[in-house]
Amino acid sequence: MEIASPTEIAKGMVLAVQEYSVLAARSLSDAFRRPRYFADWMQQADTIGVGSLPIVVLTGYFTGAVLALQTSATLSRFGSLSLTGQVVALSMVRELGPVLTGLMVAGRNSSGMASELGSMKVTEQIDAMRALGTDPIKKLVVPRVLATIVMLFFLTIISDLLGLTGGSFVSSLLLHLDTTQYWSTAWQALHFEDVMMGLIKPLFFGFILSSVGCYYGLSTRGGTQGVGRSTTQAVVASSVLILVVDFFITRVLMFFLE
Amino acid sequence: MSDEDNLEVTRHRAIVFDDVHLAFDRNQVLRGVSFELLRGETKAIFGVAGTGKTLLLKLALGLIKPDAGHVWVLGYDVTAMKEEELFELRRKLGMVFQESALFDSLTVKENVAYRFIEEGIPEEEVHQKVLEVLRFVEMEETVDMFPAELSGGMRRRVAIARAIITEPEVLLYDSPTAGLDPITSTTIVELMVKQRDVFHTSALVVSHRLQDAFTMATHHFDREQNHMEPIPPGSAIETNTSFLILREGKVIFDGRAPELTGARDEYIREYIS
Repeated sequence: MEIASPTEIAKGMVLAVQEYSVLAARSLSDAFRRPRYFADWMQQADTIGVGSLPIVVLTGYFTGAVLALQTSATLSRFGSLSLTGQVVALSMVRELGPVLTGLMVAGRNSSGMASELGSMKVTEQIDAMRALGTDPIKKLVVPRVLATIVMLFFLTIISDLLGLTGGSFVSSLLLHLDTTQYWSTAWQALHFEDVMMGLIKPLFFGFILSSVGCYYGLSTRGGTQGVGRSTTQAVVASSVLILVVDFFITRVLMFFLE
Repeated sequence: MSDEDNLEVTRHRAIVFDDVHLAFDRNQVLRGVSFELLRGETKAIFGVAGTGKTLLLKLALGLIKPDAGHVWVLGYDVTAMKEEELFELRRKLGMVFQESALFDSLTVKENVAYRFIEEGIPEEEVHQKVLEVLRFVEMEETVDMFPAELSGGMRRRVAIARAIITEPEVLLYDSPTAGLDPITSTTIVELMVKQRDVFHTSALVVSHRLQDAFTMATHHFDREQNHMEPIPPGSAIETNTSFLILREGKVIFDGRAPELTGARDEYIREYIS
């Protein structure tokens, strides 16, 4: 096997960043250009949104439940067990809801996009589409990116609500806290900036996971082995990017909102 | 040549390759390829594996760009066109990919009608046209099947149907008989001859099988018999079929069958033997 020089590796990385940037920019700008494939947008929204609902429901619910369980141990030491609702609400809405939903949807859909588009690439279906006069970015990428951004927004809201419900369940059944008090402290703890932060993040995460999935799919080479490689890379890259970008978005939003 | 001269020259030719160079990493694949495909002509391209035959088709479609040189298709310099502009031009071209490249999640009907569906043509009209073109390739019974349910030869015929449904001015065939048994190969060759003689479509055919191209050069399609027939000796029937051989990224032969069989070049003689 030929060993690539560091210069070639660096060039390859720069090229990958350049190609990803072009694809990411076109996936947004082409949404405003004709033709628009509304049927594909709706189909993707169904696949990504409705299809991801079970994992988001389970993840959100049990994250809220375990959060209540874990924080109660610490809070009871300070005699502040009644603040459980507040802690669960702030953690879920500001951070855990958007990030965990993003990661779960990335695991399910970023890989799905990479494998689907990757299979089309290695069997020349993408070239065939171009040869037939259809722009694959408008037909395949734009519907996936827009559907993911919109659906992740709503999935995050569902995840937040179910997280709070899971926390409420644990608080009342295991910690014997008053349910009304739990919901009341949770409601009072949430301010405008907390909700805004929780709702802005999924827009970025949705864009990242879908554009990364599409990029790896469309840049697939090397047959079925290449499809497998692209799928893995898409999940790893989108998950890591979500966590890294989360830090920077949090910092920026804290600066502007608080 | 000025742009106006270029336009005048290329307008009467289906495809013109002008000193085209292309390299991948350090591998120089095409080293100054130049040739012309006249309107109504069929040109079969040969060469050993890796000489860039398929690349010529992809360059003609504008799917890839050359490092140097120009490719003119129906009077347009595809090397200077943006992807958006190329989509319009590609509607006048038809491509049959080596592995058919049918959309595996769509039925045969949806594959064949792909362009019409994209253009929003009414369902009734699309259905009639699909049946007509599937009848042409004798695949009418597969209309509601998925590509995975078809054999290799059947997929190839559906791919031809998809390429010809819009009555393109130029057809590009990438190894249309590769991996097929002799009987199915003859069926595909007959379809290409039928398309050539019935619609007079210009075509570039990349192939590994010399006998297919010789069959195309020595046979014509008899519309009355609905069958491909050998051209009788002394007949005035013109098949308009030529041969092009690539070697190490260069064109070493471009001419008709008699010139090819009479070539003295050692490599060509060895290739056709």
